[in-house]
Order: sequence, then structure tokens, then C-alpha cells
Amino acid sequence: MSPTLTDATPLAADPNDGLNVLESRGSTAETFGIPLAVLAELTHRCPLQCPYCSNPVELERASGELSTEEWKKVLSELAEIGVLQIHFSGGEPTARKDLVELVRHATEVGLYTNLITSAVLLTKDKLAALADAGLCHVQISFQGSEADIADRVAGFRNAHAQKIKAAGWARELDLPLTVNAVMHRQNLHQLPDIIQMAVDLDADRLEVANVQYYGWALKNRAALMPTLEQIEETSHIVEDAQVRLKGILTIDYVVPDYYALRPKKCMGGWGRQFFNISPTGKILPCHAAETITGLDFESVRSNHSIAWIWQNSDAFNRYRGTGWMPEPCRSCEFKEVDFGGCRCQAFALTGDAGNTDPACTLSPMHEQIFKTAETEASGDVNRFIYRNFNGGTPEADAQHDA
Amino acid sequence: MLPRHAKLKFDETRQRWVILAPERVLAPDDIAVEILQLCDGQRGVAQIVDQLAAKYAAPRDAIGTDVIAMLQDLADKGFLTEAREKDT
Repeated sequence: MSPTLTDATPLAADPNDGLNVLESRGSTAETFGIPLAVLAELTHRCPLQCPYCSNPVELERASGELSTEEWKKVLSELAEIGVLQIHFSGGEPTARKDLVELVRHATEVGLYTNLITSAVLLTKDKLAALADAGLCHVQISFQGSEADIADRVAGFRNAHAQKIKAAGWARELDLPLTVNAVMHRQNLHQLPDIIQMAVDLDADRLEVANVQYYGWALKNRAALMPTLEQIEETSHIVEDAQVRLKGILTIDYVVPDYYALRPKKCMGGWGRQFFNISPTGKILPCHAAETITGLDFESVRSNHSIAWIWQNSDAFNRYRGTGWMPEPCRSCEFKEVDFGGCRCQAFALTGDAGNTDPACTLSPMHEQIFKTAETEASGDVNRFIYRNFNGGTPEADAQHDA
Repeated sequence: MLPRHAKLKFDETRQRWVILAPERVLAPDDIAVEILQLCDGQRGVAQIVDQLAAKYAAPRDAIGTDVIAMLQDLADKGFLTEAREKDT
């Protein structure tokens, strides 16, 4: 699943080029209008075991997943209320046998369809069937620029080779391709090669996303946290490549907020422009929202409409807007710029989702998390805890620890 | 022409034209929509300029400058691609 999908704004444009951002001209009421894009997490099943998986630590089992008919009904309802784009994600969305049928249905009801996949379960025939069903775009995750590191991070043999093959099929089928690279201390040195790999694969877009630390990634923070020097170098590499590859490859970049001064505008603000649907049909303000205990999330299986849940449910209204904010957010001039940062991170690091995100320098906890990041980044813990349905399994071989 | 990943569509809910692209929704202004609708993979830039100059009874040079600037900008952002021979 793509961190930039939710952590970066899904709406971006240069205001001077005649293309204006749709929602930026809107009133507050419009801002809480139905999101333009929705993330459908079809399943939490996945053959990969990435230690920074964005799925919750408590994964939802196959038996609870929405049926084909339930998903179709959801897709129709989304199109009806004004959603324009659907991102099929997971887990691994191609683990669902009905994916082609769901893509076709989404196309029929007028949704722009994007597939966010690890690609290891794809065959050329499967991809061709998806293209025939109207798939608009494919996003393939890569764990590195070569098999050694990439397959180790994925916890899956031959994953990298399979991904390279699938990316080639996508282009043969004339499907536009985004390469999605999740970066951390153990693969950041490969970034120049990953950029070149994206060019060689004829991708239109590359997402360079630093790991965001909650859920699985928080368990693995000591093994993943980059050093400040790595981040500074990364920013230079990305900026240079953005200039050099203008018109060839679009590069979107998500910085790790532990080293930022201001927190990220997570989800574009809680309940402002994004929701996702979990495998069992829960409507969530963010894919990590279930890490926050004490919030109840309504399901598409309830007797409420999706629009009602978006507008009226407690979970969406709890941290919506600026009224919930404590100090230092309440009187901060940036409160409508970042909306207090990330609720899940505030919860994970302070125990209260209603606190200022400690990524912000104005948070009383900022100093402490910056120090934690620095200490962990310079530490020698490199062993992963792999993501799975059993709450995680430590990497078998501890030789990676220095 | 628009590449496969970018779709120009009229959004009924919000009553305006939008460009749908990976992880972006753009709201082109009326002029951009008009230009994009002419980018059908058949017309050349000169024809697009001629057509708009005639429609708005405006000087060809002025229209041409604006159209080329907009097309270049859209191409840089990945929202335009060259039509290929095999695409019929």
C-alpha cells in the first residue's frame, strides 16, 4: 500500500498553470464533501511480509472479508455520491479471485481505477484481463533495486525478479506504471539505482516514500529508522532527479516526519478528504486509524449509508477540523496547514490521539522523539520482525545485526 | 492526446470538468478543457491553434503562445503524450 496515497495530498497542482486544485477553492462545507479518491483494502492477505506494512497489526481474516456482491454495491454507492477514483489495495488485492470482476464493475460505474500491488501473484494473462476490464493504472511496490535486499525485506524469495517481469508486462499492455519504493535505513543507499530502475522500466511515476512509523513499522523502527545524514542526502538525490527527469519520470517524495520541523498534513486532515474501506467493510479515516483504541468505526454492513458514516459518525467527527485541538495547536498559525499532524502517530507516541503530533517541533515531546530516532538510527539492530497473521515473526537469521 | 492514465471527465456531482490521474484529481479551467478536448491524437498543434483562433476571432500568435505554453506544461506533468501511429 502506498504511503504517499494518504500522507501526501491527493490533490496537487501548480496554481499558475491554469489547472486549479478542485478542493482548494471550496468553502469549509465543500471541504468535507465526499472525497475524490477512496482506498479499498480488499484483503489483508499478502504473500509478502514487509516489516513496515501499513496494515494494522491485528489483521482481518479472509472469512470476514466483504463478498464480491458487497464490494460491487460499495463501488456503485461510491460513484453515486461523487467519488471519482478507486484505489484497489490490500494486503495484496490480486489475492482476491474476483479482482477482475470488481475492476470491471468500477469501470462500468465510472470510477478511475488504480491497482496498488506487490505484483508477485500476477501473470501476464491476469494483467491483460485487468486491462481489458478497464484498469487505468498500475502501481507496483519495490523493496530495493536488486534481489538481495529486496527479497529479504519482502520476506519472499524471487519477489524482486517477479516484480521486474510484471512491470514489463504492464508496459507491454500499455498500462501506465508507477514504481512505489518504500525507503528506510537498510535500502536508502540504493535510491539512485531505484530511480534508474524506474526509468528503465518505463514508469511514468516514482513514489519515494520514507517509512511512516506506526503499526508494523513501529515494531521495526530500530531496524528501519534512517540517519539524519541519509535523509539529507536523499532529499538532494530526489531534487536533482526531479529536475533531470522532468517530462520523463514524475517523482513524488514523502519525507520521514521524525526529522521534520512541521508535522505532515496527514490524510490532508482527519476526515477532510480521504477515507478507506477495510477488508471487512469498516470505513476508516486512515488505514492506520484502528491502531487508536477507543474509536468505533462504522461498517458498510451497518444500516448507514457511506455518505452518512463520512459526515456523521463519531470516529470521523472526533478529530475533524480544528475544534478538538489542544495547545500548542489551538493557537498555532499553522493549525489549518497541517491540522495537527497525524492522529495515529500522536496516539502511538503519546498514548492520546488528541495530542499534538510529536513530529512537530512545538510538541513538548518533539525533542524526545528526535533523540529516539537518532539513537535508533545509529544503533546496530537490523533484524526485522516480519508481518503476518500471527502478530509477527522475527527474521530467522540474526546475522544482519552488526 | 491524453495518456491512458489521465482521463478527462465531467464530474456530475461537482458540475465541472476534471482530469483524473494517478493519485491526483485536477480541475482544469474552461480554456484548458477546451484545448484538451481538441487533443484527440489526430489534430496537430497548428490545427488546434487555428481552430481556437477562428472560434474566438483572436490573433493566431497570441492563441498560439498560450496553447503551446499550456501543452508543454501538461506534457511536463505527464498529462499529455504523443499519439502513436498504431493507435487508430
